[in-house]
Amino acid sequence: MNLFLETLIGGLLAGTMYSLVAIGFVLIYKASGVFNFAQGSILLFAALTFVTLLEKGLPFVAALAVTIAILILGAIVIERTVLRPLANRSPMTLFMATLGLSYVVEGAAQGIMGAQVHALDLGIEDVPIFLGDVLISQFDLVAATTAVALALILALLFNNTRIGISLRAVADDTRAALSVGINLNRIWQIVWAVAGIVGLVAGMLWGARQGIQFSLSLVVLKALPVLIIGGFTSIGGAIAGGLIVGAAENLAETYVGPYIGGGITPWFPYFLAIAFLYIRPAGLFGERALERV
Amino acid sequence: MTHFHTARRTAAGLVRALSLAAGLLAAVSSAALAVDTTPGPDSDKQFLPIASFRVGPYAGAGVQIWAGRIDYYRYLNEVEGGINGVKIVWQECETEWTAEKGIECYERFKHGLNGAPVAVYLPNGAPAAYALTDRAAEDKLALITLAYGRTEATDGRVFPYIFPVMLTFYSEASVFINYVAQREGGLDKLKGKKIATVYHDSAYGRETLEPLALLAKTYGFENIQIPVPDPGNEQSSQWRQVREAKPDWVFLRTWGVSTPVAIKTAARFGVPVDHIVGDVWASSEEDVLPAGEAAKGYLALTPYPGGTGFDIHQRLKKYIVDTGKSDLRDTSKFGSVYYNSGLVDAVITTEVVRTAQQKFGNRPITGEEGQWALEHLRLDNARLKENGFYGLVQQVQLTPADHEGGGAARVQQWDGTKWTPVSDWVQADRALLRPLIDAKSDAYAKEKGITPRDLGAEQ
Repeated sequence: MNLFLETLIGGLLAGTMYSLVAIGFVLIYKASGVFNFAQGSILLFAALTFVTLLEKGLPFVAALAVTIAILILGAIVIERTVLRPLANRSPMTLFMATLGLSYVVEGAAQGIMGAQVHALDLGIEDVPIFLGDVLISQFDLVAATTAVALALILALLFNNTRIGISLRAVADDTRAALSVGINLNRIWQIVWAVAGIVGLVAGMLWGARQGIQFSLSLVVLKALPVLIIGGFTSIGGAIAGGLIVGAAENLAETYVGPYIGGGITPWFPYFLAIAFLYIRPAGLFGERALERV
Repeated sequence: MTHFHTARRTAAGLVRALSLAAGLLAAVSSAALAVDTTPGPDSDKQFLPIASFRVGPYAGAGVQIWAGRIDYYRYLNEVEGGINGVKIVWQECETEWTAEKGIECYERFKHGLNGAPVAVYLPNGAPAAYALTDRAAEDKLALITLAYGRTEATDGRVFPYIFPVMLTFYSEASVFINYVAQREGGLDKLKGKKIATVYHDSAYGRETLEPLALLAKTYGFENIQIPVPDPGNEQSSQWRQVREAKPDWVFLRTWGVSTPVAIKTAARFGVPVDHIVGDVWASSEEDVLPAGEAAKGYLALTPYPGGTGFDIHQRLKKYIVDTGKSDLRDTSKFGSVYYNSGLVDAVITTEVVRTAQQKFGNRPITGEEGQWALEHLRLDNARLKENGFYGLVQQVQLTPADHEGGGAARVQQWDGTKWTPVSDWVQADRALLRPLIDAKSDAYAKEKGITPRDLGAEQ
């Protein structure tokens, strides 16, 4: 029973790390209906910029502020040079543009900051806490708290500010939003900047665990099943999806893995996602698309 | 209907004729290229190509490896006047560690450069090495896969052009067990011990399943195997299994990001880090630095230990690094495990050229001559002291039947800032493992329809 509880709690906490990555996708998808393939590269770029500034001797807060400023600037550049010229094109065109963008961002990161592996110490000890015989990771607890706090901040931003309401209007009906004078370009800039900041937080936490290196962009692979399960348009769904994926893959690896040769965590979340697609194609909290024919 | 059949026959005939013409053209051109003896401006030089990866996820390791190799070539050219007077030329080709680009680079380089012939070829990546197995044999150009690639290529009867020089994954497994035996007080003390292997769930990771099963049967230890799926950035469930098993020793056969994550997760689950021994691909600074404090005391076996305490480093420091000629942009990486691995690649390559020169004369060496030299390569301690690599490179003696020729590694320990060797060369029990290797190579020969060389008749 202890092993089950420990696996379950550990999985749920690990799942929130996946949610952090997934939230970045949700933000951009909500505002533009585009699956942003470059989110992994942006996450890597953000974390690499932060750690490089730290290594140059900047204090933690200053490095964070400068990185956020760079991400905001990057969002404006992306909107001006990639999104604005492609406005009103099909979502597939925009998706392909983000695919190209991912190579540009990754190449720029390596060109400017090099390809070395960097250690990142956030001052959070990765030591176990015991609840009875059940081991819980202190680092995972901090990560989970961060993910939940971030989701709450974003929910407040969306529901209680003028910008948030504009974002929701664009997400609901872009043309209607434009007709009432909402500046779509500005909304895109804000959304990409916020997605970049979310990527920075995710990159810092993942980077503290595994080091900041180029494979950091691969953490987005875990986000796709989370999005399918939780829905592409809901931040709450990203949290729920992450919890489900984290718990399910850990339990499956512990209890099913040994019978089929182990190493099942990469494909099990996708298996689960396919099952969800059969039952609920829009995901748990996703919006069902209705089209008049 | 008849018209249709006639048209189809005509079309088929045309396709056949075109295919034949294309085939003939390809055959003629490849034959012409294969015997390309066109003298060029560099025909008095030795071409040693570098299939590099300076971009992509593995670039962090790559930039150090190529620096090690280039620095040694530069040292030989500028200080020793080349290899017995033959200057080295090199050129890089970016593979991004992928098979398709690795093949492109091989095709570009296999005929040499400006008249300078290629002696041997280092694919520098398992995907390209596997993909080039057949081509290398057709082109009669030997591939060196130092500390990676097919273990069964040790058998030169079936793989005349592949050389897993110094350390195969089978030997690596045996070195680990022999090191544990040293620490426990002898091979007889292994009986009843629990030894877990946490391995990358890939062809590389699974390569040691068979030898470890044999070693467990031979010495009576409990053999626990736990796979980590790629990329390995979340390993709680694997290390929870390790904690449940309470092993005496853990063999960590991960790579890339899965190594620091493993070390950190092991610490979280209370697995003592000084009883975890990483393998050759989990033994660099890049593997431990991201793990921070958790990696202090971590052990790793390697055929090219880190550090600058070797004679070759003093020479390179004096003539290359301090004179600003190093290929390293960040000279703090001088003596890193990856930099040293580049040095080891370079010295093996250049010693092959020297060996060939002893037979064929002091001139640039061709691929076929390079293959002969590899099968007769001998690096003893006297030679290693002479060229400055004593302690960094093990003694090696290759033969047509044995393309590994070494089978030893040193164990080093991470103290939080640097690696320190904590063992001398630990030798693998190669005789015990050889029947497994021969069975694998025989199976490969059968599958591919290869008739193994009759080495007795060749002699």
